[in-house]
Amino acid sequence: MKLNVRDLLVERRVWLTALLLAGFVACVAVQAFGLCNLYVQLILMYVGINIILTVSLNLINGYMGEFSVGHAGFMAIGAYVSALLTVRGFPAAHSAWFFPVAVIAGGLGAALVGMLVAIPSFRTRGDYLAIVTLAFNMIVKSVIENVEAVGGPRGFMGMEKLTTLPWVYVWTVLSVWIIRNFIYSRYGRGVLAIREDETAAELMGVDTRQVKLLAFVISSFFAGVAGGLFAHLLQFINPRSFDLLKSTDILIMVYLGGVGSIAGSILGATSYTVLLEVLRPMGVWRMALMPLVLVVLMIFRPRGIMGLREFRWFVPVRDFFSGALPAPKKEVADAAP
Amino acid sequence: MAYFLQQALNALQLGSIYALIALGYTMVYGILTMINFAHGDLFMVGAFLCFIAATTLGLPFVPALLIAIAGVAVLGVVIERLAYKPLRSAPRVSAIITALGVGLFLENFTLGLSPYPKHIPPLLSSTTWTVSGVSVSSLQILIILVSVGLMVLLDVFVGKTMTGMAMRAIAWDRTLVPLMGVPVDRIISITFAIGAGLAGAAGTLYGLAYPVIDPYMGIMVGWKAFICAVVGGIGSIRGAMIGGYILGSVEILVAAFCPSTYRDFVAFALLLVLLIFRPYGILGKPQAQKV
Repeated sequence: MKLNVRDLLVERRVWLTALLLAGFVACVAVQAFGLCNLYVQLILMYVGINIILTVSLNLINGYMGEFSVGHAGFMAIGAYVSALLTVRGFPAAHSAWFFPVAVIAGGLGAALVGMLVAIPSFRTRGDYLAIVTLAFNMIVKSVIENVEAVGGPRGFMGMEKLTTLPWVYVWTVLSVWIIRNFIYSRYGRGVLAIREDETAAELMGVDTRQVKLLAFVISSFFAGVAGGLFAHLLQFINPRSFDLLKSTDILIMVYLGGVGSIAGSILGATSYTVLLEVLRPMGVWRMALMPLVLVVLMIFRPRGIMGLREFRWFVPVRDFFSGALPAPKKEVADAAP
Repeated sequence: MAYFLQQALNALQLGSIYALIALGYTMVYGILTMINFAHGDLFMVGAFLCFIAATTLGLPFVPALLIAIAGVAVLGVVIERLAYKPLRSAPRVSAIITALGVGLFLENFTLGLSPYPKHIPPLLSSTTWTVSGVSVSSLQILIILVSVGLMVLLDVFVGKTMTGMAMRAIAWDRTLVPLMGVPVDRIISITFAIGAGLAGAAGTLYGLAYPVIDPYMGIMVGWKAFICAVVGGIGSIRGAMIGGYILGSVEILVAAFCPSTYRDFVAFALLLVLLIFRPYGILGKPQAQKV
């Protein structure tokens, strides 16, 4: 059997592109022709937003091995920045055209703050970094509550419903794609090295500060993007939608799916969101049942559903085959006398 | 001056409650290096047990307090046995997430049982004295005295008894100590019982001071107590007490001199600044990292 890595790569590219395009066309079709009812569409959009949040938090908590508990804070910044832009910043007549700009601006705002949060992570780790991110989340919430211009504790409204299924799809694919490529890039190796042993990573020449900064910026950018999408989906945001309970939700999706696994994040976010909706007839009790499911899962599978494993399609071909195929033979014969 | 003294008294009251909860965090952390995020919800269960004892059973203060302490202590041990014990050799983060799950379960289970906030009836006839412009209620004095009493008891227990020594030994080295014949499982259960019991006591006292209770009351208070424990140096029992009083004072002072909506903001900003200068807390020891 002749397996050529390059052939596989090309083949996989073709398949992936076709699949992603088909997904996009399906999303547009669903939206344009109303193939499924609005409720299902809404759930699908929530799934997408949750995937973005989960994948981006997994970069920090799963791949880098830090314990960030304030992801909803970044989401809040993205939501408010983009909402302010579409409502007050851009001409209302063309707000649909400016929507991607607003979402990117929200992401950039969150990324800027993410940079600030990364600075304490240079010195502290573990529980103390958890405190920093926790305090950050509470500070964001408390600042928004005190700024009357964005509605204070009453919240902010007036956004048009600009978030549509195709947009959510595009952003979800984009976030998964970028974060996946980051993880398998040179910097991504640095992120993994920091998780395994920070001191050793530094000794091996990983610029830990640069890597941490980059990871936090990317993670918070996509949290901000998710916030922007969320704000224009719900058309109403208030500081309490971005409190610690929201952060806990994202944490649960990350650890339910499995740390250090993009496939796990997608599975975790999807199953958590869909299960909560399916169990809606149970009322409040589903909120008591879901944590129990989580606890049982943690006892029997402490690393979550996927737990450090990955779907084949997310792993670069060269990595996948480095273990499965014998290394290419070096031309020893020529070198030998 | 009177105003200042008045606020200092309020700070002592709030700080006592924070300190009681922070003790549970720090004890469990010291012995298992695990953050028990369900701890704030144990505090909430304590308040609800006090409510049940006061209304359904119609008990006075002391039995209600004892019921809350005992009930929450039992709950703490059950949670430890069922949820945390199977995870002792698992990655640390799994245990933390399990704790978050247990906390959410307690919140939403209580919410399912009691969807509306409850009002704890006054268990004690509170008298208020005015000493040179400072009004002191007997309730405040009682809360401070009970908490300080419990803290002193705990300090003596951990410092002077064999069980306390075993706790400190396990915190010092968890692999070696079992070889010396220390029953690790039993000591860990006792630690959880004590930590949870203190949270139950804090829940009762909190319910007396701020009588409206709801299932989500434990979240904010719990996270704040966690911050107290970290500020004091997590794992250090006296540090947790100091951290509790520091956070209590900061919150009350901010509320006294700024608009009260700034309370959380200033409190957390101050904590961040403190952590920049002493990242391992006030009484914590900087950990030497072996390479």
